[in-house]
Amino acid sequence: MKQFLKEKLEIARPLFEKGGKFEKLHSVYDGFATFLFVPGHTTHTGAHIRDGIDLKRTMFTVVISLVPALLFGIWNVGYQHFLAIGEKAAFIDQFLYGSLAVLPILVVSYAVGLGIEFAFAQFRGHAINEGFLVSGILIPLILPPTTPLWMVAVGTAFAVIIGKEVFGGTGMNLLNPALTARVFLFFAYPAALSGDIVWIADKPDAYSGATMLANAAAGAPLGYSFLDAFLGIIPGSIGETSTLMILIGAIILFATGIGSWKIMVSVFAGGWFMGLLMNLLAGDNSFMAMPAHYHLVIGGFAFGAVFMATDPVSAAQTERGKILYGVLIGVLTVMIRVWNPAYPEGMMMAILLMNVFAPLIDYFTIEANKKRRLSRAKNI
Amino acid sequence: MSTSTIEKPAVKVSEPLFGKKQRKLISNPLDGDNPITVQVLGICSALAVTVQMKPALFMALGVMFVLTMSNLFISLMRNIIPSRVRIIVQLVVVSTFVILVDQIFKAYAYEVSKELSVFVNLIVTNCIIMGRLEAFAMGNKPWPSILDGIGNALGYGAILMVVAFIREILGSGSIFGFKVFNELGINYTGNGVMVLPVGASIVIGLVIWAQRARNGYKEEA
Repeated sequence: MKQFLKEKLEIARPLFEKGGKFEKLHSVYDGFATFLFVPGHTTHTGAHIRDGIDLKRTMFTVVISLVPALLFGIWNVGYQHFLAIGEKAAFIDQFLYGSLAVLPILVVSYAVGLGIEFAFAQFRGHAINEGFLVSGILIPLILPPTTPLWMVAVGTAFAVIIGKEVFGGTGMNLLNPALTARVFLFFAYPAALSGDIVWIADKPDAYSGATMLANAAAGAPLGYSFLDAFLGIIPGSIGETSTLMILIGAIILFATGIGSWKIMVSVFAGGWFMGLLMNLLAGDNSFMAMPAHYHLVIGGFAFGAVFMATDPVSAAQTERGKILYGVLIGVLTVMIRVWNPAYPEGMMMAILLMNVFAPLIDYFTIEANKKRRLSRAKNI
Repeated sequence: MSTSTIEKPAVKVSEPLFGKKQRKLISNPLDGDNPITVQVLGICSALAVTVQMKPALFMALGVMFVLTMSNLFISLMRNIIPSRVRIIVQLVVVSTFVILVDQIFKAYAYEVSKELSVFVNLIVTNCIIMGRLEAFAMGNKPWPSILDGIGNALGYGAILMVVAFIREILGSGSIFGFKVFNELGINYTGNGVMVLPVGASIVIGLVIWAQRARNGYKEEA
């Protein structure tokens, strides 16, 4: 099979090269060929070391690390639905119901996003970038299961065009594209992205669909235990609920060296530290008094820390900068959650804000390093 | 014996009222020298008043009146204004017309004037107006100054209307308050981003993108 594909690709290659019949579609050909096989490029001049792992394979590793969260999310959508309507359902029914709710969102996200990416690549004569492979799965995972499909399409289109292509495509964006899609939908259609009714598919009116964060913000009992939240059997966006599955993804990212563990750890540390500080200052505010470790498992905290904050394009690049960047995301998230009544969840805002600040953090990190080295030079 | 000759008075060539040069004064700001998309002036008001088309239209008319009249009067006074205090003189002239516009809106279009609120008064600080007074009216005759004022106000107004059209139809599904989608029987959900100032920012950016893609643009080093 592999040999067969390779032969076919080689036979087709001249058609897509300069002067060939389908010269204009070269980027499409290139996109598929490099998707299937490691590209055979070699450097032309001088000695370079070229890593066999290219952007496509990097992105694909992230997609694999997202699969546990996706599968759990699909099941959880079904589980929450049958729980809400008060029926007992078999595991397979829950999973099927969830698939019917989640897969269309996934398909729309990929179709719209890849369609726009292909169009831009053709139009600009660039190679097709694989940046959307990850965004396309991240977008469904951070949306509520009830999001209408046309909204998914609009949000994805906005993220790809305004969030990415405007700045020059993959690798040039200031903000995380998936979060750009979410923040656009959050402000454009707040009724579909927040509140108590959107988190459970086909929920009867009488059943409370409030998330733990909404309960905490309202000063009500949380409604779910720490273990529920850690395992993920709580209402929420499709892929964000299960901290356990996200940690499995984090281990994959860590083992392959693709995600920055410094960012992940410092986000968690920052959030926990701010949670502890809140506990100290709590008084009679029940949200501030909520144990700090709860903050790390409810809402989108874990998902944001592992998959969003670590986006290598929009995060800080310097090693020291990453720690500051991560800690500030954690601190800001908890601050927004507890002190800002307008936004029940702070992860999205905190990451986007720190995305904007990342170049500044890098700048000062480098300046500080220069100063340190200069003073060392003086002492000699 | 004097060798000096009496200089012949320069022949005054009277320029045509609507020659090529004069038409350029009006057409340039509409496209290649647009105050908003090319000079990037007057952005603040363009973000603030373009949620709906009606206030945007009134704002454009107000700016046109103020810009044309101040251009005319500053041009008339250009030779007697001491250059050290010219900004103050310009401001006084501009404020006079802005107050006039404000009072007229309050008298005849009260609802719109309430919507525009402080932004009518802020025409005083609109960079386009000060920019044209400094760059054009201080050095040109009254008639070209009037044309320049009209041209730039049209350029400003055109962008305002385009942005307001996009924002109103996407944000509230209407044109001049007329609910287009509802009339067509489509249940349209308004896009909240377009109602926020950030929507204007994005739309203006896209307009600039489109214009530069058409006209070509080189970043000045």
